[in-house]
This record gives sequence, C-alpha cells and structure tokens, in this order.
Amino acid sequence: MNKYMLYLNSKRCIGCHGCEVHCKTNKELPVGPFLCEISHDPLTAVKGVPKTEFHFRSCYHCEDPYCVPICPTGAMIKREDGIVYIDTDACIGCMACAGACPWHIPQFNPATGKAVKCDYCMDRVDKGLKPACVSKCTTHALKFVTLQEV
Amino acid sequence: MAKTVWSMCGMCSVRCPIRVEVEDGKIKWIEGNPHLLGGALCAKGSAAIALHKDSERPQQPLIRRGGRGAGKWDPVSWETALDYVAEKINNIREKYGARAMMLSCRGGPWADLPKAFIHALGSPNFTNHDSACGRNVHHACKTLYGVGRKGFIYDIKNTKHLVLFGRNILASLRVAEVQQVMDMLDKGGRLTYVDVRQSLTGIKSTNFMQVRPGTDYALALGMIHGIIKAEAYDKEFIEKYTTGFDELVSFIEPYDVNWAAKECGIKVGRLKRFIKEVTEDRPKVVFHPGWMLSRYRDSFYASRALSILNVLMGNIEIEGGQQFPKTPGDCGIKGLRTLDSQIPKPEEKRADGVGWKYKHFDKGPGLFHLFYEAMATGEPYPIKGIICYRHDPFNCFPDVTAQKEALDNCELIVSIDTHYSEFGWYSDVILPESMFLERETPIATQKGPKPRFILRQRAVEPRFDTKPSWEIFKRLADKLGAGEYFPYNTIEEYWNWQLEPTGYSIEDFNEKGFVSLTDKPIMYDRDNLDGKFKTPSSKIEFVSQVLKEAGLPSLKPYESPQKPAKGKFRLVFGRSPVHAHGHTINNPLLHELFPENSLWINTRSAAKLGIKEGDLVDVIAETRKGTVKAHVTDFIHPEAVYTVHGFGRQVPLQSRAYHAGMSDQKLQEGLLQDMDPAGGGLCLCEKFVIVRRSSRNPKRRVEL
Ligand code: SF4
Ligand code: SF4
Ligand code: SF4
Repeated sequence: MNKYMLYLNSKRCIGCHGCEVHCKTNKELPVGPFLCEISHDPLTAVKGVPKTEFHFRSCYHCEDPYCVPICPTGAMIKREDGIVYIDTDACIGCMACAGACPWHIPQFNPATGKAVKCDYCMDRVDKGLKPACVSKCTTHALKFVTLQEV
Repeated sequence: MAKTVWSMCGMCSVRCPIRVEVEDGKIKWIEGNPHLLGGALCAKGSAAIALHKDSERPQQPLIRRGGRGAGKWDPVSWETALDYVAEKINNIREKYGARAMMLSCRGGPWADLPKAFIHALGSPNFTNHDSACGRNVHHACKTLYGVGRKGFIYDIKNTKHLVLFGRNILASLRVAEVQQVMDMLDKGGRLTYVDVRQSLTGIKSTNFMQVRPGTDYALALGMIHGIIKAEAYDKEFIEKYTTGFDELVSFIEPYDVNWAAKECGIKVGRLKRFIKEVTEDRPKVVFHPGWMLSRYRDSFYASRALSILNVLMGNIEIEGGQQFPKTPGDCGIKGLRTLDSQIPKPEEKRADGVGWKYKHFDKGPGLFHLFYEAMATGEPYPIKGIICYRHDPFNCFPDVTAQKEALDNCELIVSIDTHYSEFGWYSDVILPESMFLERETPIATQKGPKPRFILRQRAVEPRFDTKPSWEIFKRLADKLGAGEYFPYNTIEEYWNWQLEPTGYSIEDFNEKGFVSLTDKPIMYDRDNLDGKFKTPSSKIEFVSQVLKEAGLPSLKPYESPQKPAKGKFRLVFGRSPVHAHGHTINNPLLHELFPENSLWINTRSAAKLGIKEGDLVDVIAETRKGTVKAHVTDFIHPEAVYTVHGFGRQVPLQSRAYHAGMSDQKLQEGLLQDMDPAGGGLCLCEKFVIVRRSSRNPKRRVEL
C-alpha cells in the first residue's frame, strides 16, 4: 500500500514552474531531464473570465509498477512505503524502464548516463523533511500527503 | 555538516529573503527564509545555483580594445582597471567639472552606496531606471498624497477586493505578495483584472475586463463616476483629509459608466457589477496604482485616477487597505547610518533638469533618459562619463540606436554588473560584480507594518575574479581622493558602522537573517493622520498645487487613444514568472523553461494575415525587425500584439540568449524622449508595428 501522495491544490497554483526548478536543483540535474511538470488546459471562458486549471505530474509510484520488473539489473526498486526509486549504482542507463512505463516517466540523465526519476525525495522524507517541490512551492499549493490506512 | 547562510535573493529586484545551505564550500539548498516565506521560492530563486555555476559571465575586469561594441576585451587586474577608470574620471573632472559624471543604479534598498559614490565625486547626477518603469505611478502618488508610491503598502491578504489594471501581479512574482493574493482569494476575496489580454493573474480573477489598449484612464474615470453617483465613497474621510473634491465631482460629470464601457469596448454590465461589488466591499478595496506604467500617453493620469479611487474608498491606514510603511523611528529605534548623509550635497543643478527646470518631479533619482539629451546637446552642461551599476539601459530604455548616438559623446562608459549587460558590451570598462551568493551587501531597512533590518551574507567564495560592490566603490573612491566617505575596510566594519546608532549588532542577525523591530504590527491612529500627507496643503489634493504651478492639469480631460493604422498593431509587452526581464534569459535552467519569446496576436487578426499558431512572423518598426513565433489566441485585443520583454539579446558570449527571440525595446524607435510631461515616464506602448508572416517559414527544404 502506497503511503504517500503529492497533491496539487490547483486553485492555489499559479503555474510559476517553480516546483520544476526546485526539483532539478535539489537533484543537481543538468539541462534535459525534468522529474515533474506543470501543465494547463487551453483557456476557456467561465462566466466571462478566461480560465484554466494547472496540473502537476511527477511519477505515479504505481501499486504494481511496470518499470520495476523490466529493469535488467534490478535497479528499479519499490520500497515498503510504496516509493519507486532507482538504485543509481546498479542502473546501467538502458532506459528499459522508460519504455515500459506507460507515461515514459523515467528520464535519461546526460550528466550521469543513467536513468533518473521522481523518488518523492526519499532522502529528505526519511529525514522528516518534505520533498523539494513541496517545501519550496511558491504558493504552498503543492502538498505531500501521508495516506492513512482505514 | 551543512551550515546556514542568510541571504537575499538577487535573481530579480524583489530580493526575497532566503536561507542557503552550504557544505564544503558548495551550495546544497536555497529556500525562502522560513520565518518570512515558509520556505517558498520561485523558479528564478532556485535557478540562482545555475547562475553561480555558469561561466558565461564576466570573469575578471575587462577594458575595451577596438571600437565600442566590437566585443574585443583585454582582461586586466582589478588594480589596472580601477586605475584606468580613476584616471578617466579625473580627466573628465578637470576638463568639464565633476558634474560631467553621472551614475545610474538599479534602485532598491542598497542605493545608498552608489548614490554616496557619485555625490562624493562632487556630482549631483544620480539616477536609476525608473523613467522606463514606475515614475508615472510615483509622481501620481506624490501629487495626490505628497508621498511617493512607496509611501503605502497594500494589505492584500486582508482585503476583500483587489483591483488590478494590467498589474500582472502573479507573474511579476514577489513571493510574499503572491502568497497574500492567494490567501485573499482562499478567504473568498474578489479580484478584478483589467488588461488588453488575459494573463496568469487574470485567470484567477473573479471579474475580468479586456479593454481596448490605451483606455485604462477611461475605465478608471467611469469607475470614479459610478462610485460617486452611487455615493459609495467615504464621505467623512474625504471631508477630513482631502481638498478639491468638488472639482473632482464636476470634472467627472461627462464620464459615466455607459461612456466608459463603450470607450473601453467592454459590456456595461461588467462595470455596473463591479461598482455594486465595490459598494459591498468598501472600505476594504485596494486599487493597485500600477507598477510598470511607462506605457501610454495618459498613464500618469490613469495611475492618479486609481489612487483617487483608493481615496474614495477611504482605505488608508485600515486593515485590508493601504497602510503607511512603518519605519525604525516608529518602533523607537534609530535608523541605519547612511553613507550619503555624511557627504556634503553637491550644489550644482542636475543635468536632467529635475528640481529646477522640472520642479514637479522628484529630485531623488531624477529621470535617466533626460541625461541622454544632455549628452547629445551639451545642455544644460555636458555629461562626459557614465557609470551604470546593475542597470542595463539598453535592455530597459527604448531605441538602442538613439542611446548609442548619445553615448558616443561620452569619454568614459563603465558597467558594473554580475552578468554581461547589453550596455556593458558597449562600454569601455566592465567591472564584474560577484553574483549575489558570492557577496555580502550592506544592511537594508525593510519598512512595513513590522519594519526590520535585513542583510545578505556571503554564501560561497566567488568562482571568478569578481568583487562585491561595497569593495569596488570603496577602492575607486580611495583612488579618487574620496575614500574618507567610505569609512570601512571590511564588510564587518561597514555593517557595524551602519548599525551603530541602532543599538543592534551583527550577531543579532544570526538566528533569522533579519532583526524585527517590533513584535506587533504598528498602525497609526486613522483619526489623526495630520502631517502624514506631505502636499503643500498637508491634505490629499485631488487638484494638486504642484501640478498647477507647473501649468499642468490635475484632472485631465480624456482623449481617446490612437487606433492603429490599417495593417498595424500596438506593441505591448510584459513579463513571465520564470524570467526577470533581461537578467535571466541566459540562465541555463530558466532558458530551458522559456528559451524565446513569441508574439501574441488575436485569432481574427491572424486569420486575415494568414498567420497560424507557431508560424514565424516578422514584427517591423521603421528600420528594425524582429522575427518570432506567433501565438494565436482569442485572449488578446485585436488592436494589440504582445511579447515578453527581455529577449533578443546581442551579447555573443551569452550563447543561450544570443539572438533568441525578439527585443521590444529595439523596435521602440523614436520613443527615447517621448516623455509624459506630468509623470516623467516614457510612453513605451505608443509604438505601432507591422506584422506579417515571415518568409522564413519553410515551404520546402533544399538540404543538398
Ligand atoms: S511552484 Fe507551486 S504554484 Fe508554482 S507551479 Fe509549482 S505547484 Fe504551482
Ligand atoms: S516510472 Fe512509470 S511505471 Fe514506474 S512507478 Fe512511475 S509511473 Fe509507474
Ligand atoms: S518529490 Fe522530489 S523528485 Fe519528486 S518531483 Fe518533487 S522534488 Fe522532484
């Protein structure tokens, strides 16, 4: 059972793309890969005001991930708490995971020659901190939610 | 172990307070100061780390070789560069007097240092970029309240209704202010947004009015009319604190809501609904008087009308309204010591004419563009040397060709900046300042309901042979025989000298990066605001005595803006949340998000010209042309085309930004001296351009 979830309050999000850069700088990523993205629908008029909603997407940390079994070296791992992450030492950069993932979430990191993906900033989370994108979201629209089992 | 360094972001001119984590001399983490911003930061703030790592910035002092702008440089030591500049300044002082030197800076909380420097040289000619930005707003406030635009802060969080005329507040992105806007909306507050196009801010609005370009003043007049007719204004406040209300009432008579709606091209129902909402929400309604309003012929009057609307609301010194920013003095604490106050004021008249020829303008920074006239004509006296500190006139003032012509009369052009500015590229000497994570800055005062002192510590050592400005100005002053006015050798000495009268010490900043001067927000007694309005009558003046003496109207009859000629469009510009004008275009991570600008054009206008989404279009002024991709949209007025400012840079060493996108200011030919006589701001949206589908759109490709 997944323990965590990233939730965007799209009413509060202003589409400033801060989260994308917060994530990249935290992971020291070069130009190229993005581990999360902000997008919006085309504008449509609601009561005379052209409006849109913002969407946030990172990795879905699937209950039953496609990326894990395909990995030839066992580098893609799902933790007890549901976080799907890459063991960088074991990753050979073959990108089979990206091919298997329906949304092509894992990305190639040209600086390391390996795959990289959202890991819910597990190093931070394990220290009791929030993920980078959440900690620094400009408007605090993005939340890291710990799911309760009922 | 990572250590915390307290700093202030330097990616845009908001200067959000930040906390930086440094380990082994490397920056590990940058976040908004948790005590003030709860960690929040924008994309630019995080991308500071990419700026630090970027090598495409000046790495040591450079002296020009070959013609101006040729891009040939001799890298030299600091000693050589400062000697060179000092000798040139001394020559100019001998030949033409000290007044022939001028200095322009970026403005903001640290203007004391550069201002002190030029005054210490003996020249009165200190200026900044504001005549291409907020001067109209500033003077509009001054002629109404007697205090400038920084004379009020807006308690947005607690307001019930925020009204924005083209103030794209969410994209301009002051983190603390954006949080306030979102908090206000979360609490059910209303946001009215007026613009010629839909923007990031407009999509969050509860009432949106897309007006014909250049008609903001008409809409504001219609609002004044509607509010006065509905008697939805604070009679007591107006009685007590204002003069000229009767003149306002008779002036406004012809400008009713039906007229205004027609003039602006909006439905009158929207305006009527707005008046009704304001009636419900007052006095907690804030009309933002605008920020960058160097736009239309009547922007000064539009801004003044917005300030008048605030007065009608009676929103001054209330929760959810406009409040006076409180000073250290209001907390019973002496202010920071300033360098400039120790220097004898140069008695010479300013070369821009402000203070003597133009008595209604604020003498503080004067008006930058008027110095170009002095350069070109030698009147009232010649300007022969210019230092621009963190200010890039080629990026913010119109018509770069005309600027260069004027500058060619100068014997010395110096740029002090962290990056290659376009102006720097044309200058004689570049003195590279360390980027903000690599330097300290003097302590600053931040006024507000809870005023504070705040500082920027050095997070990491400079990667290149660059220096902080406190050292650059000090060393230059030493060489020019004015070192006594900069009584420090280290930043600690400087900080201690600043702090001495306040009773605080540097250690007091260790915990939070700032010192709060009060626990509770301070409010003045609203029933006793006497002395707070610094007009000649000590009242809020609907009809300004200062303007009257200058022979200018306070309540100016409306004139309809020019319609573009057939086949032409009015060129308007704005900004994106991921760039701070030209400063950030070359930042690797921000470039990745937004590599080039586009041209917004209305769907119907585009169809007539055969332009489709993504097509390359030529945007043509008299002698200049830009080519960018078209963004075809319903959400811009058919008379206007829009682009994001700051692109089209021409510094070859900025490989990412070089010729990426289009520069609006280079197309603004003929606008360099197109000044609003009452407000002092330039009229930068008074440019009409031809748009056509570019011949560069491929029809077929011949590859071999
Ligand atoms: S940082 Fe926050 S407000 Fe900005 S785009 Fe990301 S989620 Fe939205
Ligand atoms: S990478 Fe794709 S398949 Fe793997 S967990 Fe994420 S979303 Fe699921
Ligand atoms: S949780 Fe961490 S890795 Fe995932 S998108 Fe946010 S910042 Fe990036």
